[in-house]
Amino acid sequence: MTTDRLLPTDEAAAILDLAADIADRELAPRAEAAEENGEFPREALRTLGRAGLLGLPYPEEHGGGGQPYEVYLQVLETLAQRWLTVAEAVSVHTLACYPLAEYGAPEQRERWLPDMLGGELLGGYCLTEPAGGSDAAALTTKAVRDGGDFVISGTKAWITHAGVADFYQVFARTGGPGAAGISCVLAEAATPGINPQKPERKMGLNASPTAIIAFDDARVPTERLIGDEGTGFRIAMSALDAGRLGIAACAVGLAQAACDYATAYAKDREQFGTRIIDFQGVGFMLADMATQITAARQIVLHAARLKDAGRPYSVIAAQAKLFATDMAMKVTTDAVQVLGGYGYVRDHPVERYMREAKVLQIVEGTNQIQRMVIARAMGK
Amino acid sequence: MNIVVLVKQVPDSGAERSLAGDGWSVDRSGGTNVINEMDEYAIEEALRLKDETGAQVTLLTVGPDHAVDSIRKALSMGPDAAVHVSDEAVAGSDALGTAKVIAAALGTLEYDLILSGAESTDGGVQVLPHLLAELLDIAALTGARKVTVEDGGLLVERQTEDGYEVLRASGKAIVSVWDTINTPRYPSLKGIMAAKRKPVTTLTLADLGVDAATVGRSGAATTVLSAEPRPARGAGVKVADNGDGGDQLVAYLTAEKFV
Ligand SMILES: Cc1cc2nc3c(=O)[nH]c(=O)nc-3n(C[C@H](O)[C@H](O)[C@H](O)COP(=O)(O)OP(=O)(O)OC[C@H]3O[C@@H](n4cnc5c(N)ncnc54)[C@H](O)[C@@H]3O)c2cc1C
Repeated sequence: MTTDRLLPTDEAAAILDLAADIADRELAPRAEAAEENGEFPREALRTLGRAGLLGLPYPEEHGGGGQPYEVYLQVLETLAQRWLTVAEAVSVHTLACYPLAEYGAPEQRERWLPDMLGGELLGGYCLTEPAGGSDAAALTTKAVRDGGDFVISGTKAWITHAGVADFYQVFARTGGPGAAGISCVLAEAATPGINPQKPERKMGLNASPTAIIAFDDARVPTERLIGDEGTGFRIAMSALDAGRLGIAACAVGLAQAACDYATAYAKDREQFGTRIIDFQGVGFMLADMATQITAARQIVLHAARLKDAGRPYSVIAAQAKLFATDMAMKVTTDAVQVLGGYGYVRDHPVERYMREAKVLQIVEGTNQIQRMVIARAMGK
Repeated sequence: MNIVVLVKQVPDSGAERSLAGDGWSVDRSGGTNVINEMDEYAIEEALRLKDETGAQVTLLTVGPDHAVDSIRKALSMGPDAAVHVSDEAVAGSDALGTAKVIAAALGTLEYDLILSGAESTDGGVQVLPHLLAELLDIAALTGARKVTVEDGGLLVERQTEDGYEVLRASGKAIVSVWDTINTPRYPSLKGIMAAKRKPVTTLTLADLGVDAATVGRSGAATTVLSAEPRPARGAGVKVADNGDGGDQLVAYLTAEKFV
């Protein structure tokens, strides 16, 4: 089904058209084989970059698209409908640009942001560590001042774009224990001592490399400190508020793809001499899928509009991420059910969608952590 | 150099298409209208020549009011301006009627070269470039797979079934292109923003001094005798394999002239 959208401007409609056009021609035809073979679509991301789609929510004066978050998220949804790896890549890149765009000094922004948003470069976000995932404030990677440099040592884990990114936003300890000892540093990927390891062998999203990055005394000039020393944790959490909405939008797109595929199949497949969509058991399952997708999309867009209006949105962003990604897990699972045995094999994409949906419940704060954020706000 | 690219808005050939209420013309009112695919190659060729020579590129569209959506989209690829002829009386025109309107609109423009797609996905008659060349008394270099601008003229490779012909022209010309000629660029965010500010001139038949009776349904030189919607997809043929499945398949494919 085509989604009827209320868009803020004519150019927003043109941008969504453009995203759909590129996604249909450059992404959708390649997704299956690339996921099978674990090939990261670097060139497709360049195509998106040249079209101006890798810096959408950032100011035009720094080379961004100057678009509201509401429009950016619907572009992500559109991309995720064709290929989650690419939508996720755009989301992570956007996340990696956030600290500089929001907390960088004016001269830092002028110097580095245009290249980061220009479409040729790709970013990574290094927060999680082997021993510290949900409890990110416990991170142990150190950044020690030595002359004009920070010397960074430690291990980051689960880093999307490890080995393919051009720059990393690194969160490291410059002070004492706890959140107040963490700072944010923008490092070039080519820095000696930044050593991405072998990609993890994942359940899905296999075209997107995720790996440990070892920091072996990597020297990064202190002028690349973003925000004040000791404010890194606040920056990381604020970036994740925005980033979560990206993951939620990806979930909506992925679920829409699964629902569309299952619907088309159910209209074509006959059993007992009847289209299976005409059995209430199947038709109602599809109706619930479509309804849940619509509901999730609305929470995501509501959160985005609050963000665009400059209002607090951290709790609604947690709700959007929680609801949309749980929804995507359920919808993709049901899509497999609609296809029966055919849903369980790789000849149809729905089993892949189901494997891909799972990761969205884990990244950028597990759904337990989202509930914690919501409950804490309620308990205040 | 001034280049005019002929651009037509057509119903999306990838979506469900239907006949209009009159039972024989294409329904153009639906939401899924797009730039005629082959025209995107003509636009790309014009933009390539613009990049090379600094040519001015103007789009020319004859079509209903909502064709402006396709014009804006085409402008976001990079052309400089557009002219849109929109007039109720043009509806139902055959290729000759459309060619008359386009010829009149070209009379309001400076041009050295006209580029167009070799065919449209709705009518598909492939004659418009030839008709236009006759009306304007200029050269027609049709079915191009390559265009080169030389000193004072054009060199065109014309695609044929088993190779290509080399055509040369001096003076004004119309060149129609196939999709083998280039890979059209995508619009960009910058292009989308810039397109908002590019001039689109809207003209009526009266503005062009075209007598409405000579175009449209009433002025058409050809008549559609009948048109049928495509029959609904049938159940197809099932081949039950009782050891002779392969033979049955070959027999079927041969009968349907697939092999
Ligand atoms: C494919 C992929 C890509 C990733 N990309 C990145 C990236 O680019 N950058 C980056 O920094 N990280 C990335 N991550 C890491 C991701 O953010 C973490 O995996 C996530 O935050 C969870 O951390 P953990 O894996 O250590 O799980 P743990 O924190 O060990 O959690 C284990 C379980 O305990 C639960 N739990 C933990 N604490 C609580 C609590 N207080 N209350 C209730 N339940 C709790 C969790 O919900 C989970 O169910 C990625 C992960 C994956 C799988």
